[in-house]
Amino acid sequence: MSSVRVIAGYGLREAVRRKVFAVVVLLTAAFLVLFWLANHYVFADLASITPPVGVRVDTRTFAGAFLFGLALFATLFLGVVLAVFLTIGVVTGDAERGLLQPLVVRPVGRSTLLLARFLGAAGVCVGYELAVYFAAMLITGLTGHWWPDRVVWPGVELAFAVVLVVALSILGSVALSTTANGIAVFMLFGAGLVGGLLGTVGHALDSHAVKQAATIAAWALPFEALYQDALRMITEDASGLTGFLLQLGPFGGAYVHGVGIRVWSAAYLVAVGAAALAAFSRRNL
Amino acid sequence: MTRALSVRGLTKRYGSVQALRGVDLDVEAGELVGLLGPNGAGKSTLVKIAAGLVHPTSGRADVAGARAGTRTARAALGYLAELFRFPGWYTAEEVLELHQRLAGSRGGAAERRRLLELVALSDAAGRRVDGMSKGMAQRLGIAQALVGEPRLLLLDEPTSALDPVGRRTVRELLEALRGRGVSVLLNSHLLSEVELVCDRVAILLGGELVAAGAPSELARPRGVELETDEGVRTVAGATREDAPGLVAEAVAAGRRVYGVRVLTSTLEEVYLETVGRESS
Repeated sequence: MSSVRVIAGYGLREAVRRKVFAVVVLLTAAFLVLFWLANHYVFADLASITPPVGVRVDTRTFAGAFLFGLALFATLFLGVVLAVFLTIGVVTGDAERGLLQPLVVRPVGRSTLLLARFLGAAGVCVGYELAVYFAAMLITGLTGHWWPDRVVWPGVELAFAVVLVVALSILGSVALSTTANGIAVFMLFGAGLVGGLLGTVGHALDSHAVKQAATIAAWALPFEALYQDALRMITEDASGLTGFLLQLGPFGGAYVHGVGIRVWSAAYLVAVGAAALAAFSRRNL
Repeated sequence: MTRALSVRGLTKRYGSVQALRGVDLDVEAGELVGLLGPNGAGKSTLVKIAAGLVHPTSGRADVAGARAGTRTARAALGYLAELFRFPGWYTAEEVLELHQRLAGSRGGAAERRRLLELVALSDAAGRRVDGMSKGMAQRLGIAQALVGEPRLLLLDEPTSALDPVGRRTVRELLEALRGRGVSVLLNSHLLSEVELVCDRVAILLGGELVAAGAPSELARPRGVELETDEGVRTVAGATREDAPGLVAEAVAAGRRVYGVRVLTSTLEEVYLETVGRESS
């Protein structure tokens, strides 16, 4: 356990030196300020928004859910940036720079080394995701007096989604160079997002083929499914036209959700971790 | 006592390139063995297999009786890679502390102080790696390899970035280590250095071990040089045993003999002959 702590600390110090944290903290601060401004203006104008006669829409819920949904996307994106830059060159990058070999020959072993780097990065990312998630929730709650239907679980799922990205990035780093791995992980992330949007479009159009493609994407890239599930949970109790309209938007709900995807995500994490360990144990350095 | 390193029938193939072809090599306890060979001969691959960084295609390498790459083997060795880097924001002291913790060394501050002194970096304990010259970083690398008192030291080009004074420091350090029973496998291109400190040398060429033995065993007689009042004359093919006879002959012939020297080839000549012969 001591070795795990030592190596995790080593990785985090390296991240601090590379100013990864500084960049992410600055971006986060900028996002939260802009998010507060958006909340301030939207909720200030809420009284002047009048739906057509006969259309019963809860404008506060609609505005709050839409804004907070946007915050979930930004939180996920910033978390993915942090995750990728913390882990992008853990194996190949560090081996090419000659940083890895002196550590690998120590008795701690390759598995411990990789696990420690994963735990260090995952720990930072989970803390970051939860902090930004709750900060955004407080901004929306205090500014617009709207709170999500589920408070804790969406944040947990968002953090879990980023942990999956951490694992994928570490797996990629075993085989790919730093640049190639960064591109690969961001493309996977983008593919996941496109899959989620396809799901929304597919359900709006009631297209079986598009829905099927989105479902496959959600299971293949479960970080996206977890994000979608988090979106679903923040308006879980919304019903009627308000719920229907929210479902149509880009921050609508998940079409793959529930216990099944959570269990699958856990299994996926274990499988990706096992693949990374197996590949790293065989890799020549 | 088990051998510090035992290599048997070791082969390694990288795709279509055969880096090692059935190499056998032993490093006994307290022995300093130099590994020589041209670029691409397989030296670094052999060292990396012993360090557990590269997996052999076939054959076996054991460090202190344990299969290379296992925890026990890794605990018994210190390694300095040819191309290595420590995080630039660490101080020399922090680098050693990190490696002490990873190696499970209980040496504490006393060990760090001793190692920095050994490599003449006592004054740079608090200096960041970023601010070190290449030579200083190289010596810190050697100190790092010595953390935890390893039984076998694998040094891949340890003096490549050092000036003559630094090389001398390393040479003295290697001799001191031999005195303490530490075994060393030294991969170096500096033949004079290897000749000076190594008990044995092994020459690799094209992934094969083409020569091995003590430098004096590998050296071949090159004749006897006789200095008389007629000048300096070299008797090619003569050996040490022929020297008294050659002096007697010269004296009998009325020559005044001022000096006699038995000539043997240097390690460099042996190396060039071996590599040249095998390459041609």
